Amino acid sequence: MRAHHPLVQLTLARFREFFRQPETVSWVFAFPILLAVALGIAFRNRPPDRVRVAIQAGAGADSLAARLAGAQALRVEVLDSAIAAARLRTGRVALVIVPGEPVVYRFDSTRTESHVARLVADDEVQRAYGRRDARAIREVKITEKGARYIDFLLPGLLGMNLMGTGMWGVGFAVVNMRVRKLLKRLVASPMRHSHFLVSFALARLATVALEVTFLIGAGMLIFGVPFRGSVVAFAVVALAGALAFSGLGLLIASRTQTEEGVNGLMNLVMMPMWILSGTFFSAANFPDVMQPFIKVLPLTALNDALRAVMLDGTGLAALAFPLVVLVAWMVATFTVALKIFRWL
Amino acid sequence: MGGSAIICRGLVKRYKDVVAVAGLDLEVRSGECFGLLGPNGAGKTTTVEILEGLIAPDEGEVEVLGMRWASDDHAIRERIGVQLQETKLADKLTVEEIVTLFRSFYRRGHAVDEVLDIVQLGEKRKTWVSRLSGGQRQRLAIACALVSDPDILFLDEPTTGLDPQSRRQLWDVVAAFRARGGTILLTTHYMDEAERLCDRVAVVDHGKTIAFGTPKELIASLGAEHVIEFALQEGQAPPEDAALLALPGVHEVRANAGRTTLTVEELHRSLPAVIAELQRRGLGMTELSTHHATLEDLFLHLTGRHLRDE
Repeated sequence: MRAHHPLVQLTLARFREFFRQPETVSWVFAFPILLAVALGIAFRNRPPDRVRVAIQAGAGADSLAARLAGAQALRVEVLDSAIAAARLRTGRVALVIVPGEPVVYRFDSTRTESHVARLVADDEVQRAYGRRDARAIREVKITEKGARYIDFLLPGLLGMNLMGTGMWGVGFAVVNMRVRKLLKRLVASPMRHSHFLVSFALARLATVALEVTFLIGAGMLIFGVPFRGSVVAFAVVALAGALAFSGLGLLIASRTQTEEGVNGLMNLVMMPMWILSGTFFSAANFPDVMQPFIKVLPLTALNDALRAVMLDGTGLAALAFPLVVLVAWMVATFTVALKIFRWL
Repeated sequence: MGGSAIICRGLVKRYKDVVAVAGLDLEVRSGECFGLLGPNGAGKTTTVEILEGLIAPDEGEVEVLGMRWASDDHAIRERIGVQLQETKLADKLTVEEIVTLFRSFYRRGHAVDEVLDIVQLGEKRKTWVSRLSGGQRQRLAIACALVSDPDILFLDEPTTGLDPQSRRQLWDVVAAFRARGGTILLTTHYMDEAERLCDRVAVVDHGKTIAFGTPKELIASLGAEHVIEFALQEGQAPPEDAALLALPGVHEVRANAGRTTLTVEELHRSLPAVIAELQRRGLGMTELSTHHATLEDLFLHLTGRHLRDE
């Protein structure tokens, strides 16, 4: 295609405008990395905290405390019964042990932490009073790459990023051009309408390649996130996602007359997906009745597929469902957008 | 030259409860600069956008270069250049990039450098649009309209809001296009612009043409070529209209915001008579000015309003 072909020129214009906007560039490239770092620190893998346990003051309390002092997993303190009860209620200790015959464990059975405390403390108490292990045990500790929070998070951030840039990059740009009457000016020229719309998709393809390479590269370098699948499968998934969200952005922008309007609509569409689509935590946390709905959201499909390729090395054949979801969104949104698009 | 570049008949466009264009006829000849002159809201922009094929009229016919909108859209667009009133071109692209973009839409046309020379933006070719002055932006808009070397150039209020120097630069560009045989349809509410650039003008008000002809003919239709304006000292009332009309060569008398305006045939006969009459009545002037009658005076004569209501 010659350099002065309108499609080349339109795509170049989109590309230049995108990269000459410092806000966009930092939003697309710096923000996800900063977010990954922040969340990576907040949810970093570390040895489990020692469980806080109180021994209610009274006869036998000090001797029990002395016996438990050597237990690695516990942090033990002797407290008056009123204080111990208050701390248990507010969750500052997980378990209160009342010495005596029998020994009483006081805890909230609905709290996971208290359950753990009961098991660990009981083990220590029984040992301290002379219980012997029946069988020899050997522990092997592992930290498997791909099972950490950051490994879960990174593909989700990439999915969210593709959603954001696809929708903003197309939707906001179109409405901005409509507000500036630039669309009208273009329509007054013999420019082909199809060239204009296709240029958005082409410019997206180029930016997507950069975004994905940058984010995944940073994830692998900084966090050691694994990449187990094929690059081709990954590229196919990322492209399908990018185009599905470009279509959604175009649809939202097709008749919107103000920048405020498109802002609101974008957030309305994106907000539920940030929460529901398994970006920051697994979508499996939502009730079963919601699952069919969640599964057909484009961001869920994209996140699931990106994760499957990256973390499990899943091939394209096994990704038929999310790919069909993404392509369906792409075809539906582009078709409707073209039908109702308002040029003036 | 010769023949019609644009013909429209019985143009009507309504918006909800407003009639923007109310049965407008127009004929623009090839090679002329035709002006639509009228105040804001007269229907000029709607008319031009109908002629540019951007708005469909409710009634009426439009022919551009012998072709019709709806059947020959692409062919017409290849041959017209358009500057819209409010377009803001992409801020973050350079002058050269934008003109190259617009050039790519057309089969034939000028080289980008050539157009930048025509509008005198050669030195700014690498500058972002956001760093251009108002006048430079407007010349860039015109570069985008000229890049296809069009047969007809549509300019909608091209100099509104520009400083005098920028206006003159822009007039030069338009005049040069006209000199090479191009046809121009221009809207303006500046009478001096119309007088300076246009071969013929249509004065438009409330969506209709209320006067039509060369600027000279239109001014001559006032029956008098000069205008005398004076203001009196505070508290003094001007002579009654009949007394002023009785003076030699005075055609029309208007009082407007403390000033009295007389339309006269020959300044050298009327002016001394006016001064003598005021002195005879013991009235003192605080201001006196004269000018050649303009299209502004014509508009005032036709509608009783100024083109630009301050």
